[in-house]
Amino acid sequence: MEKIPILKMGKLLLVTIQVDLYDRLAEALEADLVQMINKTGAQGVLIDISAVSIIDSFMGRIIGNIATMSKILDAETVVVGMQPAVAITLIELGLPLTGVYSALNVEKGMSLLQGKINLKETGFIPEDDGDTE
Amino acid sequence: MTVVREIDVIPFRNRIKETAAKMGMGLVNQTKLITAASELARNMLKYAKGGKVLIEVISKGRENGIRLVFKDEGPGIPDIALAMKDGYSTGKSLGLGLPGTRRLVSEFNIETEIGKGTTVTIIKWKNG
Ligand SMILES: Nc1ncnc2c1ncn2[C@@H]1O[C@H](COP(=O)(O)OP(=O)(O)OP(=O)(O)O)[C@@H](O)[C@H]1O
Ligand SMILES: [Mg+2]
Repeated sequence: MEKIPILKMGKLLLVTIQVDLYDRLAEALEADLVQMINKTGAQGVLIDISAVSIIDSFMGRIIGNIATMSKILDAETVVVGMQPAVAITLIELGLPLTGVYSALNVEKGMSLLQGKINLKETGFIPEDDGDTE
Repeated sequence: MTVVREIDVIPFRNRIKETAAKMGMGLVNQTKLITAASELARNMLKYAKGGKVLIEVISKGRENGIRLVFKDEGPGIPDIALAMKDGYSTGKSLGLGLPGTRRLVSEFNIETEIGKGTTVTIIKWKNG
C-alpha cells in the first residue's frame, strides 16, 4: 500500500499530502503520525493540504482525530493551505473542523506552531513572529 | 460505474471531476458535488456492500447540470426522515453524510425499500 511520508524537522513533524486520499490511506496516516509523535516526542505537527481538492466527512474526521490525538500526546497540529472551495464545502457539509488550527501556508503554519511551542516552554509569547528559539 | 471497493472511489471522483470541468462548472460547485458523491459512495460501500452509479449530463432550459444516481441492493433504510437528520447514524459515525449531501447539491431525492435497496439521486446545476 502507498503511504504518506512524514518528515521530522527539529521538534516538528511535517506531512505534505500530495495524493488523493482514500479512507484507508487517511487512517494509516493517523496511525503513523500518532506513532511518530510518541517515538520522537515531537511538539508540533504541520499538515500541508494545499494539494488536496476533496475533503469529505471521513477525511475531515481523520484530521480532527489527528489534532485530538496529538493534543493528548502534548503536540499541537496546524493544517495549512486548505483550498477555499474545500473550506466552503466543509462548512456546508456541517464539519467545521473545530479544534484544528489552520494557516494560509507552510511558512505561516510553522511560525504559528513555533509560537505555540515557545509559549508552552516559556509561558510567554515572543515579541516577533515566533520564529526565534 | 460500479463502486464495490473503497479504492473505486478515486476513479469515480475523477470521472465526475472531468465531466464537471468539461461543462465549465466552477470550482466551488465541482468541489461540493464531488464531496457529496464521495459521501454517498461511502454509504453505499458501508451499508450496502457497494452499488452502481450513473453519471449523466442534463439540462433544464438554459441550465446545464450533472445528475448522479446511486443505486444499491442493500438492506434499505427503515426511517428516511430519521436518516436525513444531522447526527443520526447506525454506523457509530457523525451522521453527516445524508443531510450534508442534501445541503451541498441543488436537488436531492432518496428512495428506499427494506430488503431491496436504496436509490439516491442528486443534481448539481452548473450555476446552482
Ligand atoms: N445506502 C444505504 N443503505 C442502507 N442504509 C443507509 C444507506 N445510506 C445511509 N444509510 C443509513 O442512514 C444513516 C445515516 O447516513 P449518513 O450518511 O447521514 O450517516 P453515517 O454514514 O452514519 O455517518 P457519516 O456519513 O457522517 O460518516 C446511516 O447510519 C445508515 O443507517
Ligand atoms: Mg455516511
